Amino acid sequence: MVPFGGWDMPVQYTGILDETRAVRNSVGIFDVSHMGRVVIKGTSAGEFLSCIFSTDVEKLAVGRAKYGVTCDQEGGIIDDNIVYRLSPMEYMLIPNAGNREAISSWLNRWLPNDDSVAIDDVSERTAMIAVQGPDSFQTLSALAESDLESVGPFRIVEMAICGQTMLVARTGYTGEDGFEIMPSTDVVLDVWDQLIQHGAIPCGLGARDVLRLEAGLLLHGNDMDQTINPYEAGLDKFVDANREAYIPGTTLREMRQMAPSRSLVGFTMVGRGIARHGYPITDGAEMIGTVTSGSVSPTLDKAIGLGYVRSGFTSEGTRLFIEIRGKKIEAEVTCLPFYLRSR
Amino acid sequence: MSYPADIKYTKEHEWVRVESDTEVVIGITTYAADELGDVVFVELPEPGAKVVSHEQFGEIESVKAVSELYSPVTGTVIQRNEELSDAPEIVNDSAYEQGWMIKVEVADTSSLDELMSAEEYEQFLES
Repeated sequence: MVPFGGWDMPVQYTGILDETRAVRNSVGIFDVSHMGRVVIKGTSAGEFLSCIFSTDVEKLAVGRAKYGVTCDQEGGIIDDNIVYRLSPMEYMLIPNAGNREAISSWLNRWLPNDDSVAIDDVSERTAMIAVQGPDSFQTLSALAESDLESVGPFRIVEMAICGQTMLVARTGYTGEDGFEIMPSTDVVLDVWDQLIQHGAIPCGLGARDVLRLEAGLLLHGNDMDQTINPYEAGLDKFVDANREAYIPGTTLREMRQMAPSRSLVGFTMVGRGIARHGYPITDGAEMIGTVTSGSVSPTLDKAIGLGYVRSGFTSEGTRLFIEIRGKKIEAEVTCLPFYLRSR
Repeated sequence: MSYPADIKYTKEHEWVRVESDTEVVIGITTYAADELGDVVFVELPEPGAKVVSHEQFGEIESVKAVSELYSPVTGTVIQRNEELSDAPEIVNDSAYEQGWMIKVEVADTSSLDELMSAEEYEQFLES
């Protein structure tokens, strides 16, 4: 068990590599209750959230989900989030565990003084289990009382699982097909056990980190933070800065005009060694950047990583040298994602 | 978990097996291997290299983390386990046999007396 964002979390149940393979080949389950669940509702909920979030969620259809970032007025990334539209006047925002307070104070800072928006943090009353992998549909179907086909990718539906009504979303953080379900805390243990009985393999934080890295998904606090803007992080397509009411809009429009001095790239190790968070990246002589994430990829049988490098070193195939405890080990810039599932 | 009685243990979770009056074999304990999780990379000194008691002789890396290997003895490396370079997971599967790391020539094996027995190591782990 390790401390993570204020929670004690298991790094692994049986082994990181076995758990990673289970998600790629069959189905794994993750206790992701540490992620926040914040409901934003009211007549102005959509208008309010659109001022905060990087896309216009008023345009989001009911029952759909959208990934994006929450930026401060300087364009720095406070958190990355998924927003679900639960009903015409009700949204749910998912903050990272370690950013719940930062998100809460940011939302409260801009909350209108009237009664048009209410914020209800339901994180403590509900749990969340991610069911991920090519067999996730089959496993969850066995416990669902409605047809899971109704939950398409990036959609959310309320339905009964193990006889209990809960939100079921077709989202995840692994690069596989999968679901995230939100049972209430009093039934979650039963749901967890039943998922295991139907073939799901329990997976910890270690496998989650390997899987998201293989899928080229960023981890806030590692690969981005409030000193990084979304253009540097390569998240351009999740930001619609052309909205007058969007709080960091003006700043982000200016940033978009400038070529970023550093950009996030993926890289694959050519020499032997594993890059880790904080290791320097050089061009062989001069330091040109820093590693933000690194691991072995059991799926690709290579060591991979993410890091920020100076402009001029971002194109595919560029030679980099990762300084691993005093030694310069060769790596090359690789297009993201490292792993893309066949559909 | 049981620890073989015919080998000595260190507080850094290495083990030493005496092969002859001047030769010892070194590896890491099952406790260390389990704590590390899936081992993916082991870096060991080449034959001829000197190792010094309580000093680092190599590195072991798992998916989770990298950690240093400390030598329980002072001497000269005479052989290293080349199999670990292609199959480091052997350390998880067979920490005391196939997962050995280096063979070291030592002046004498009396310095091993200060190391822990299996029983003492188990007590150390519990404390």
